[in-house]
Amino acid sequence: MTIRAILTTTALLALAVPAGAETIGISIPAATHGWAGGLNYHAQASVARLEEQFPDLDFVLATASDPAKQVSDIEDMVATRNIDALVVLPFESEPLTAPVARVADSGTFVTVVDRGLSQDGIEDLYVAGDNVGFGRVAGEYFAENLEDGAKIVVLRGIASTVDNERVEAFNAALEGSGIEVLGMEHGNWNRDTSFTVMQDYLSRFPEIDAVWAADDDMATGALQAIEQAGRSDEMWVVGGAGMKEIVARIRDNDKMLPVDVTYPPAMIATAIELTAMRFTSPAPVTGRFIIGSELITPDNAESYYFEDSPF
Amino acid sequence: MTTVDTRKAAPRRRVNLHAIGPLAALVVLLLIGMALNDNFLSYGNLTNVLARSAFIGIIAVGMTFVITSGGLDLSVGSMAAFVAGVMILTMNALLPTMGLGVGVILVGILVGLLTGLFGGAINGLLITRGRIEAFIVTLGTMGIYRSLITWLADGGTLSLNYELSGVYRPVYYGGILGISWPILVFALVAIGGEIVMRHTRFGRHCAAIGSNEQVAKYSAVNVMRVRMATYVLLGILVGVATVMYVPRLGSASAATGVLWELEAIAAVIIGGTMLKGGFGRVWGTVVGVLILGFIGNILNLTDLVSPYLNGAIQGVIIILAVVLQRGGLKAH
Repeated sequence: MTIRAILTTTALLALAVPAGAETIGISIPAATHGWAGGLNYHAQASVARLEEQFPDLDFVLATASDPAKQVSDIEDMVATRNIDALVVLPFESEPLTAPVARVADSGTFVTVVDRGLSQDGIEDLYVAGDNVGFGRVAGEYFAENLEDGAKIVVLRGIASTVDNERVEAFNAALEGSGIEVLGMEHGNWNRDTSFTVMQDYLSRFPEIDAVWAADDDMATGALQAIEQAGRSDEMWVVGGAGMKEIVARIRDNDKMLPVDVTYPPAMIATAIELTAMRFTSPAPVTGRFIIGSELITPDNAESYYFEDSPF
Repeated sequence: MTTVDTRKAAPRRRVNLHAIGPLAALVVLLLIGMALNDNFLSYGNLTNVLARSAFIGIIAVGMTFVITSGGLDLSVGSMAAFVAGVMILTMNALLPTMGLGVGVILVGILVGLLTGLFGGAINGLLITRGRIEAFIVTLGTMGIYRSLITWLADGGTLSLNYELSGVYRPVYYGGILGISWPILVFALVAIGGEIVMRHTRFGRHCAAIGSNEQVAKYSAVNVMRVRMATYVLLGILVGVATVMYVPRLGSASAATGVLWELEAIAAVIIGGTMLKGGFGRVWGTVVGVLILGFIGNILNLTDLVSPYLNGAIQGVIIILAVVLQRGGLKAH
């Protein structure tokens, strides 16, 4: 990817850069899982859109497979491209905090996306999904649609702050509903792991009324396991994020998938567009922009379906 | 020479302990499972665990030959993901021309096996003809296949056409006499592997090369050809495992097959094969695979430990199994 970054850099330098052009650097994690794939798609799509719309804006996009690589990417952007703004989705908060702070100190406009840095006040603009809302919206749906004494199982993501915030909010929303959570195991946002965990839940519990899979990849694995066990009529599954295959099934009124909670990878597009606005319009764009977690239902599913996106 | 002789006599008594070690660990695990959950020994649960262990199991049998002959292959997990991706793309592309049916699936399976074979052959050629260490070659191809699948899937997930998955599904979920296909294929591969390792010239040559390559060469063993064959065999078995894997979820992504190589290697070593080569035990590998499969299952069936500690429990049991297998720490 460094090679690609260098190639892009040289290629872009070779083209006559219009005088006074502003350059926006974008650093995001590589497409190693479905959600990150969507992130990459929406980043590239919005760069293409903005480059056409504003010929004066230049973009450098780098994808990193680990935090160290991301730090080098950002250093390269500052050293070789002299970027005017940086849009960064930190791989991990801690290791990226100091490098991004250095970029901000040099006067560059910094937009942080999704995962916050471990120190406040570094970034000019913060764009993120609502993890607490993500858990709460799902929890409220369970509380409203299940009876007192209903039994559910939960598939958690990779052990992380994101996962903890979601699960805490989910539990808080369930409080007082009388719903019994039978088990909470980690499906690691992975289809295969979730398939296995769900198979074992099914062997372990004779009665399950609903599953909170907390992610659409995990929901996909869980659905296969439930189908295999022949218990499809017994329970429904709520995933999360808004993967297009899942959205399509909700749109088509699949009984096992009543709703989904959004956590859109397209938030990177929001961040890039807002950052571009700083250079192309007088509109103020500093502050915090939290993208709500919404409930996808059969009625509104169509507007959450992106045909070309890989996610 | 005398030292060699005395050392030879000692292991003969320990052979039993060696062999019993992993089996004992498996039995203990099964007893723990029974005590903790009533459903543990149910037909459904046992079938689930055996079927899901089949992928790693089929690969681990091939890995036993590679490790016995003193080699190593780190690329199998990524290769499986890549093979799965190629199979899905091929079948989706052929669907409009060939129509929905068994034909497309058969071509897909053939493509999967061939892709595995070529993957293994590339590793083998670079190691034997290119004279590069197996660790480095397969570390390289591991990264290459992982990137290729990410690129093929455009960072997302490759999904098999929905109707086609319906046709292909029985290969994972179906079976005969209540035994599902992945379990049957795993059993056949394991029995075949055991026979080849014990009763054929190829098996003996693998052990000879792993034990001392120079001596093997002077004993007229075609070292290059045998070594090459182990990687090709492993490649084909990766293909077989993937053929069983694809119908399960009908999809492949960058997250497919992650760490399968380490699970396969761990199973081989737990089973009594020496990591430095020279001795291989295929049935031991099967026991190793089952141990790994049941650990995960038991941890999911109980709330005894925090799920954060699952990895630690697995680590402890892997090390314990090997300690048992080596006949205890007192052996040295």
